[in-house]
Amino acid sequence: MKQELNQEKPIFIQIAETIEDGILTGAFHEEEQIPSITEFSVNYKINPATALKGINLLVDESILFKKRGVGMFVSKGAVQRLKDKRQSQFYDSYICKMIEEAKRLGITSDDIIAMIERGFVK
Amino acid sequence: MKGIEIKGISKTFKDTKALADVNLQLEEGKIYGLLGRNGAGKSTLLNIINNRIFQDEGTVTLDGEPVKENEQVLSRFFLVNENNLYPEGMKVKEAFFWGKEFYPDFDMEYADKLCKVFELPKKRKIKNLSTGYQSIFKNIMALSVNVPYVFLDEPVLGLDAYHRDLFYRLLIEKYAQNPFTVVISTHLLEEVTNIVEHVVIIKNGQIIKDESRDDILNGGYCVSGPAALVNAYISGRETIGEDTIGGLKTVYLLGRPDDVLPDGLEISSMNLQKLFIQLTGV
Repeated sequence: MKQELNQEKPIFIQIAETIEDGILTGAFHEEEQIPSITEFSVNYKINPATALKGINLLVDESILFKKRGVGMFVSKGAVQRLKDKRQSQFYDSYICKMIEEAKRLGITSDDIIAMIERGFVK
Repeated sequence: MKGIEIKGISKTFKDTKALADVNLQLEEGKIYGLLGRNGAGKSTLLNIINNRIFQDEGTVTLDGEPVKENEQVLSRFFLVNENNLYPEGMKVKEAFFWGKEFYPDFDMEYADKLCKVFELPKKRKIKNLSTGYQSIFKNIMALSVNVPYVFLDEPVLGLDAYHRDLFYRLLIEKYAQNPFTVVISTHLLEEVTNIVEHVVIIKNGQIIKDESRDDILNGGYCVSGPAALVNAYISGRETIGEDTIGGLKTVYLLGRPDDVLPDGLEISSMNLQKLFIQLTGV
């Protein structure tokens, strides 16, 4: 989980991504409770409405669910849903940016493929 | 209407117009950032709301009731600023005692706990505290009075980074558990950007921005790149400022960027500090 927020993206999205990362890395387990809105707000020094907005984003995607009067929990199957989602975003989030920078630096697609293979072997 | 309504407030000191026809609404349970450069009129406005000084024109009401000389209403407000209203020689613990007298919901146990976490000696005289600890003492009062409207004029004045961090965390914790209206006036914009929900910017005694934090940040962006490319991009668009270093130029624009940008240009998001500097500069 990231410890500091940046200014690149809206804060509520960074909160949602932080929770997603927590689920993917196993910091938060399926069907277990995650920290409260208050804990997130205090930890990241953000307005509680922003933390709630981030959490609601994941409720809408059925990654989290609310137990009335108890708190927020990780849904069953959340890990797989997140993997599917991140895989579908992989091209846009990573590949496009990499190619953009490669073009600026004059790196060819063959060079990139060689680098990727090297990275996988490591 | 619920909340505080400020209508047509004007105030002149000798020959200086401090506030000119200020209109503003402060809703229940929201955190506001009141921003402005030195001398913009922030403290004057907070002092008027809290009856520390009186306006020449205009009205302030709470839930429709005039605030002026209305003890009932004023007991629901608490203002922290650099003025020290405590009698000469009063000790911290005595101030807590009087706080409890005037504010029935004052939480003595919580105030004691905060003294411990901030390491504020309760037996010390208030006037003998350092600048930082005077701020801490006043902030402890503000967090302990349990009134629905708290005004913090430069609450972190003289506080070190550790104490500022602690103060913001306690404020958020308190607010998250039981929301109340907070109006924070500060020059340390980056520290409060994520905490406030609504931003009010005041310049030369007038309100020039009164919007939700999200709308303000989404309402502008920065474009940088080689000057010629940037100039081509901004033609016909509304800019609020620019910085140039060598052949590299950054412009600050209102609105949203195009989906596809010409090669060589980079977009970055607007932050409160950049926007503030561009809007309040001369």
